[in-house]
Amino acid sequence: MAKLKYRPINLGRWIVWGGTALVMIMLPLILTAGFTLTLLSQIGIGIIFALSYNMLLGQGGMLSFGHAVYAGLGAYFTVHALNLIGKGSFTIPVTLLPLVGGAAGLVFGVIFGYVTTKKSGTTFAMISLGIGEMVFSCSLMFPEFFGGEGGITTNRVIGQPFLGITYGPAIQVYYLIVAWALACMAAMFAWTQTPLGRMANAVRDNPERAEFVGYDTHMVRFLTLVLSGFFAGIAGGLTCLNYEIVTAENVGALRSAGVLFATFIGGAGFFFGPIIGSIVFYTMVTAVGTLTKAWAFYLGLLFLVMVLYAPGGFASLMVMHVPVIRARLMRRLWLPYAACVVTGMVLLTGLMSLVEIAYHYSLEANTAPEMTLFDFTFNVTDATPWTVATGLLVGGFIISRFAWKAVGRAWADIVHVMQEKGAA
Amino acid sequence: MSVAIELKGVTKSFGNTAIIRGVDLAVPRGERHAIIGPNGAGKSTLFNLISGRYAVSQGSILLNGESITGLKPFEINRRGLSRSFQVTNIFQRMSVFENIRCAVLWSLGYKYSFWHRLGGLKDANQRAEEVMESIGLKRRRDTPAGVLSYAEQRALEIGVTIAGGAEVILLDEPTAGMSRTETADAVELIRNVSQGKTLIMVEHDMGVVFDLADRISVLVYGEIIACDAPQNIRRNQAVQEAYLGTEAH
Amino acid sequence: MEFFLISMLNSLSYGLLLFMLSSGLTIIFSMMGVLNFAHASFYMIGAYFAYQISTYIGFWPALALAPLLVGAVGMAVERYGLRTVHKYGHVAELLFTFGLAYLIEETVHLIWGRASVPYKVPPSLEGAAFTLFSTDYPIYRVFMMAVSVSMLIGIYLALTRSRIGLVIQAALTHPQTVEALGHNVPRVFMLVFGGGSALAGLAGVIGGNAFITEPNMAAAVGPIVFVVVVVGGMGSLAGAFLASLLIGVLQTFSVALDYSFVDLFSRLGITVGPHTPLAPLWDLTISQTAPVLPYLLMVLMLIFRPKGIMGTREG
Repeated sequence: MAKLKYRPINLGRWIVWGGTALVMIMLPLILTAGFTLTLLSQIGIGIIFALSYNMLLGQGGMLSFGHAVYAGLGAYFTVHALNLIGKGSFTIPVTLLPLVGGAAGLVFGVIFGYVTTKKSGTTFAMISLGIGEMVFSCSLMFPEFFGGEGGITTNRVIGQPFLGITYGPAIQVYYLIVAWALACMAAMFAWTQTPLGRMANAVRDNPERAEFVGYDTHMVRFLTLVLSGFFAGIAGGLTCLNYEIVTAENVGALRSAGVLFATFIGGAGFFFGPIIGSIVFYTMVTAVGTLTKAWAFYLGLLFLVMVLYAPGGFASLMVMHVPVIRARLMRRLWLPYAACVVTGMVLLTGLMSLVEIAYHYSLEANTAPEMTLFDFTFNVTDATPWTVATGLLVGGFIISRFAWKAVGRAWADIVHVMQEKGAA
Repeated sequence: MSVAIELKGVTKSFGNTAIIRGVDLAVPRGERHAIIGPNGAGKSTLFNLISGRYAVSQGSILLNGESITGLKPFEINRRGLSRSFQVTNIFQRMSVFENIRCAVLWSLGYKYSFWHRLGGLKDANQRAEEVMESIGLKRRRDTPAGVLSYAEQRALEIGVTIAGGAEVILLDEPTAGMSRTETADAVELIRNVSQGKTLIMVEHDMGVVFDLADRISVLVYGEIIACDAPQNIRRNQAVQEAYLGTEAH
Repeated sequence: MEFFLISMLNSLSYGLLLFMLSSGLTIIFSMMGVLNFAHASFYMIGAYFAYQISTYIGFWPALALAPLLVGAVGMAVERYGLRTVHKYGHVAELLFTFGLAYLIEETVHLIWGRASVPYKVPPSLEGAAFTLFSTDYPIYRVFMMAVSVSMLIGIYLALTRSRIGLVIQAALTHPQTVEALGHNVPRVFMLVFGGGSALAGLAGVIGGNAFITEPNMAAAVGPIVFVVVVVGGMGSLAGAFLASLLIGVLQTFSVALDYSFVDLFSRLGITVGPHTPLAPLWDLTISQTAPVLPYLLMVLMLIFRPKGIMGTREG
């Protein structure tokens, strides 16, 4: 009698992937504000970049401070290729141009990767930093390739339109990004289910044991980095097409830090973590960036708080509630969470007020001492706004501590109940 | 009768302290060989030297007649030698099944492939299932290794060691910390998995040693003072002195 | 000759400054296994604190107070930050210090703005110490070297001759054993971290007015300090010393030299023109490549001698 295979998970997988694709396709049609398309394009590219970074961090256990090198060099090679196509030196359809970036990322992954993956852990992190700085320093030394201070510009509307697509309008570029993002997401997910992907996990968890089952850890790390560079290069190629300019910033430390932040905040331990992280990161940078000059400060603070108290990122915070929901114990958490939100708002208001006032003070105390915050207008040289803000901050911190303790107690209860249920 | 593992004049010093002082040992193929000795004799160090974890200061080690001195652990493993660890050394976050599957991948030739889907590798999955069955952890298939009980982890450790099909197996104190029943189960397991292979075992539990071993070597202060069949070792005076001390007259 | 001597003196003062930074980093790394990414940030806030204090009460009090303040900040960071992430492993510790470095830079933006601040050499230390050939060598540079050397001698004596120094030396390699012997190792860690940070702060106090005091200074010198530590060998103070001097010489001389491969080739009788393959590469002068050289050295070191000049402990 033939074995019947019951695979309910597969259907779930189709729903998740299909749903993601659907959302990415439909979003710009639903949210039509001016800046959303820019933001969505950024997020799309960011997802590819962050997922490639997580091949190193989450899958391989390698912390890199210089991942922008592969994306940036991919962007540079793409921009030069695009300019050469524009001059008629050769043709590749613009749709496939990110592959040029991918190839560049792969080649540099081979060049830099062989040396850097000889080490692991902290040393690897520092080498990656050094190589990032090295490439960035090179950018001013070779202006023919890197374009000096101004970078290299290009025009993505070249050649014959394909089925009416010229990539002139931003919406067309967005859908190109979506297509590549879905392809790369699928490819990188598939990689986690291959021998190399699994051994990367093994090397991450126990490099010694991996050696003793026959694997050269250096080789595993090296190949992981090469593949990660490939996908980063694709992200770089898309960046080139999206902005039509590539500068030294693309290989700079800030961009490397950004992808690290995004991946970590989202959660390096889950495949979809960097996806969430990219969404949060770019939304914060864009949305918060338009509201205040201190957005970088808030971002750093968020990162630091998460390293201290939620190192698994938003993904882990979400996933840890799944067993609680299944055990129908969520109702125990509503009240403590609500308390956290309320007290947190006081704390945040105090913090934000203090930060905004300080920023305004340091920048414009002499020229424009008045500012408006939360519909209150006041003078930053007076003592009152400072004391109010500090009071809110300190008071908010004190009452928040009660709320946090309540959350801790609620969780301890839940764990207790779940353990008993499990034992029963 | 060919020799599986041979040590010639192997010496290991850490700084000025010599831990292993000129060890000569020849283990024929198919033998079950135990290494015993008082604490601090250097048994684990010897294992670390054979498996490539440490480099020898002097001397040579041969596997099936070929020198493996100075090779890296993965190179030695690929030549057919596998070892377990005294402190359980598995992939904590992976399930039992995944642990064993990782251990079979290289031996089945999948190497660094990123184009094969793990779920579709029939031979790897089948072999992993077989090994899992033989170590008695089938019902714990999808449990993360870090959550297993101590004895289960030790069993998994043995499973990961033998899954690759190595001809020479080194087991470092496999029954350490086990209760009597757990030890008996472990002995049965070791007997089964070492069928037709060469086994070298470090052990403190004399019951296990005399149950399993064809020959015993006694390591004291980095030197082998005796190497013989179990009943002769039992009667050997030098061995008794090393373990029990000489009688006060 | 004059150029050589002046540059050597400058290399020495810069190299000593680098050693002040890299020694603190090495000690913290050796003892706690933590690579403090924010070490250069402590350098920066040392300079800023000194600037702020010196505008109220002058340079000399600032010289004493600013490092102490930075040390206090360092102790707080260890007590409330590092200790919490310690249980998550070295990667988490590194991420924490990385985020801290970023946040410190943003806080500096917040308080002092994005432009550089006019942190100046005090009038009592302006002027020339001596004249070498035709160049006046500034008093302040001599002062910097004097402070660096005396600080380092002081630390050497403290580590080797005091009881707490003995405990620290032991905890450098065997923290658990030291704790088992009854010493309060967490407190020792806090003191060492604070001490290392104070040292970085002191470097900032004396370096900030010789070089520029701006929010970017941490990001400018931080990677160089890492290069020093990698080149010298992780965990080796002697290696860090040699590497600091080496990098000091490398950076000081390379910025001033204008030779390029073209000059070398022409000496060998080969002419290189704009159509020679890789012309842009040959055209580069040493001074143009100066920013890259330390990193190039690091990469070469990692290829040919991964454990550095005198490396003992791996990352």
